Amino acid sequence: MSFYRGMTCTNVAIAGDGGDPITAYVAKPEGPGPFPAVVLVHHLPGWSEFYIETTRRFAHHGYIAICANLYERSGPGTPDDVAARVRAEGGVPDAQVIGDTEAAVKWARSQPEHNGKVALFGSCSGGRHAFLYACQKHDVDACAELWGGRVVMAPEDLNAKTPVSPITLTTDLSCPLIGIFGNEDRAPSPEQVNQHEAELKKCGKAYEFHRYDGAGHGFFYWHRPMYRPEQTMDAWSKIFAFFGKHLS
Amino acid sequence: MCTSIVEIVPVEGMAKRGDAWFALTQAVVAYDHARHAPLADVITLDFVNARLDAGARAGVELTLETAKALHAALGRAIAEAEFEEAEVRGKGATPGLVRAA
Repeated sequence: MSFYRGMTCTNVAIAGDGGDPITAYVAKPEGPGPFPAVVLVHHLPGWSEFYIETTRRFAHHGYIAICANLYERSGPGTPDDVAARVRAEGGVPDAQVIGDTEAAVKWARSQPEHNGKVALFGSCSGGRHAFLYACQKHDVDACAELWGGRVVMAPEDLNAKTPVSPITLTTDLSCPLIGIFGNEDRAPSPEQVNQHEAELKKCGKAYEFHRYDGAGHGFFYWHRPMYRPEQTMDAWSKIFAFFGKHLS
Repeated sequence: MCTSIVEIVPVEGMAKRGDAWFALTQAVVAYDHARHAPLADVITLDFVNARLDAGARAGVELTLETAKALHAALGRAIAEAEFEEAEVRGKGATPGLVRAA
């Protein structure tokens, strides 16, 4: 396995959903490439340090990585405050996140060092959005969904911003999927993960699920009491193997 | 947890950040994983002004048990306040008491 300690990191402006200018953090490994790309879809706590750091982590492992600020329209501020504002606004529309993510995918595909392959990576709400994107679009080659909350939604939870329960789109999933889940999580619960997996099987999709005992929600988050280092490092190895297989 | 347990209420009042007070437009109550408290899942309270910058926010993260105790305390205080309002300022109060209030 090669590591890329040298990298270039910066903010770029991309045209998000509806042509709205949004900022994306990007990290590129040093060298001519060609490199595969990872588009990170951030979680409910926003365009946070965890996601910025994880963007660099992918570059360290030889991926061109980009993470768009999906909450940019809610104004400047600390990720915490902006995420709280987004919550007060009732969240961001799924369609807007899909449009913003599509812009990040296009940016990745336009890089001269790119090898033509792109994966999605998202956790929490970002896991849900990554799965949703992979069902609605056909321009990514692999998808990593980490504890995607509300992939399975009750009809009463649907609204103008989240009009579709993602699980109902499983038949349209356009790329191989890796799912990472903690068995002590309640959103998604193990029962919901069972439903998610049953639907993938029924639709004949290429997928692998890794479900960890002793872990709940967000067990990668090293700054939270929910952090589980052993399960996290095992799951990272599964993700890198999966991306290595599908993005080479 | 990545829940959809969120309640948004229009509110009138003020909150403090640093040395400055700001007017409120909304209170947001949610149950989700903590962002700062060294706890797992928490009740979060955000008092915000949607017309100001995103930093116009007083945020609190409470354990479920603590939130229940706060809820009960609010209920008691509000019940007493309503009694006070009715007794002193309400229709049945004497003009003198209304003036005193």
